[in-house]
Amino acid sequence: MSAQEELVKQSASDMAAQLRSGQVSSRELVQAHLDVIEAAEPSIDAFLQVNADQALEQADAFDQRLAHEGDEGLPELAGVPIAIKDMIVTKGIPTTAASKILEGWVPPYDATVIKKLKAAGMPILGKTNLDEFAQGSSTEHSAFKPTHNPWDTERVPGGSGGGSASAVGAFEAPLALGTDTGGSIRQPGSLTGTVGVKPTYGGVSRFGAIAMASSLDQIGPVSRSVLDAALLQEVIGGYDRRDSTSIPKPVPPLAQAARQGQKRDLKGLKVGLVKELGGEGYQLGVEARFNEAVSLLESMGAEVVQVSCPHFPYALAAYYIIMPSEVSSNLARYDGMRYGLRVMPSEGVPQTAANMMAATREAGFGDEVKRRIILGIYALSAGYYDAWYGSAQKVRTLVIRDFEKAFEQADVLVSPTSPTTAFRFGEKMDDPLAMYLNDVATIPANLAGTPAMSIPAGLSDDGLPVGFQFFAPQMRDEVMYRPAAALEAALEEQWGGPISKKLSTPWLDGLAQDSTK
Amino acid sequence: MISGMPTFTREEIKHLGDLARIALTDQEADRLRGELNVIADSITKVQEVAGDDVPPTANPIPLEAYLRPDEAEEPLTQEAALSGAPVTESGMFVAPRILGEE
Repeated sequence: MSAQEELVKQSASDMAAQLRSGQVSSRELVQAHLDVIEAAEPSIDAFLQVNADQALEQADAFDQRLAHEGDEGLPELAGVPIAIKDMIVTKGIPTTAASKILEGWVPPYDATVIKKLKAAGMPILGKTNLDEFAQGSSTEHSAFKPTHNPWDTERVPGGSGGGSASAVGAFEAPLALGTDTGGSIRQPGSLTGTVGVKPTYGGVSRFGAIAMASSLDQIGPVSRSVLDAALLQEVIGGYDRRDSTSIPKPVPPLAQAARQGQKRDLKGLKVGLVKELGGEGYQLGVEARFNEAVSLLESMGAEVVQVSCPHFPYALAAYYIIMPSEVSSNLARYDGMRYGLRVMPSEGVPQTAANMMAATREAGFGDEVKRRIILGIYALSAGYYDAWYGSAQKVRTLVIRDFEKAFEQADVLVSPTSPTTAFRFGEKMDDPLAMYLNDVATIPANLAGTPAMSIPAGLSDDGLPVGFQFFAPQMRDEVMYRPAAALEAALEEQWGGPISKKLSTPWLDGLAQDSTK
Repeated sequence: MISGMPTFTREEIKHLGDLARIALTDQEADRLRGELNVIADSITKVQEVAGDDVPPTANPIPLEAYLRPDEAEEPLTQEAALSGAPVTESGMFVAPRILGEE
């Protein structure tokens, strides 16, 4: 293995330790990842935009600061590079939401999370691919290109954050940011053997996250280890007065909880198996890895109980009313007036503002986005508002109550993250409902605002990664980090290292021949 | 035809397209009609459990609204605000005419 390959295969926290001890510079880290990006992109296609020059400048600035001022006041991950889902605005770097309607748009401001990353000296490698406006579960709905799963490039990486998950899974970036509205961080994490966290709603500022469904959207970390995710959430989390739903409290001690978990002592912890998230529709190989992982939690002292959340079977339906309703409202801003695409109506059609909007939105939005906007407008229209939107909001209350009751019986809840492993391109594109079912286990957390995360649980009998999901109570994100880190440590002992050791990485072979750099 | 309520007609889909300001083609409207009927059929089940006694939830973590401190800040410059506009003139966004010819 070349020195470069060895470097990029480390966890972000190990990279950070090497930065501080002077074994490696931030520039070397950025350059190593840019080299991997160049080698991997022809087969992975995780990035929409690579930000090489600026990332190197940011790295140099960090290296100088570290040399002159030391690491005082900097977070642990300072100087470690990161990739950003192209759903988060970055000043001076094109931001598209993987939509033609925003193609070429260069935002005049940074999202709050980007400001925080910059303040932490974390170079931004580029912007990652997604389903258009984060609407999809396979990244096939990107207007620009599909992203490939590093475990099998004939298969999807999940979505909507398939770009961030594949980039981190393929060692193109040690860390990434995602957005999770119904599972868009966790489900790709599950399908690519990476870690994905949806923090408590309001735990991370959404200022500068392109709005999809505002009562559900949450920015969160993508990584290859639980500790890395905890450290990243500590960097991006916390109160922001620019987001009216931001929780006015400090970030809980997440890295501390992860480090405690690594000791693999879960005595006194009650783990609740959610009865409704399993069984029919879940692949046997997924259930097998899930059950083995539950046994491991027990072997570390956790007490496992079964809990029932009787309204979870209604969560998917409620989500597909609430989410499109909010989408139809949020995406009304793409009107061809102030930024983004403008298409004038065809000849013979009056060249009015209204007709320009209709022509622009017809040309600029893809099929899935149109489907959701039309459905949302319908759900909010007079005559159906009470029957659909009103009922869905009531289901939301019932799901929250289910969580509250379950958390009276258990400290954390667990389930498989996704009912299946990664599927083939095109397999679910003609059947929206089959695609929507991917998120059946992740959606309840978005409806209830609870934190949840997915970690790798091993490979199914098809050789593809399976995800294990933890849920914690609202504003208690640290509660899930401890057992997640414990399970990760126990599994890695069985595997003889992280799950990525089992991943074949032909795109890194070129680096091995060029290890003199 | 799929059973259950509601059933979309092609005219309804076109009307929704008008409300959404999306100039759907006939082909798109036909496809959407089929897809939305299937989706609508499946999401109608929310009504089974939405009893009169259940209050609705809009925000899962309700917070009190508040005003920020009254401190002056630098907003975006005019140049930055206009930087992504399709058409500008004299520091303004240019829109097509609002009214039709008739």
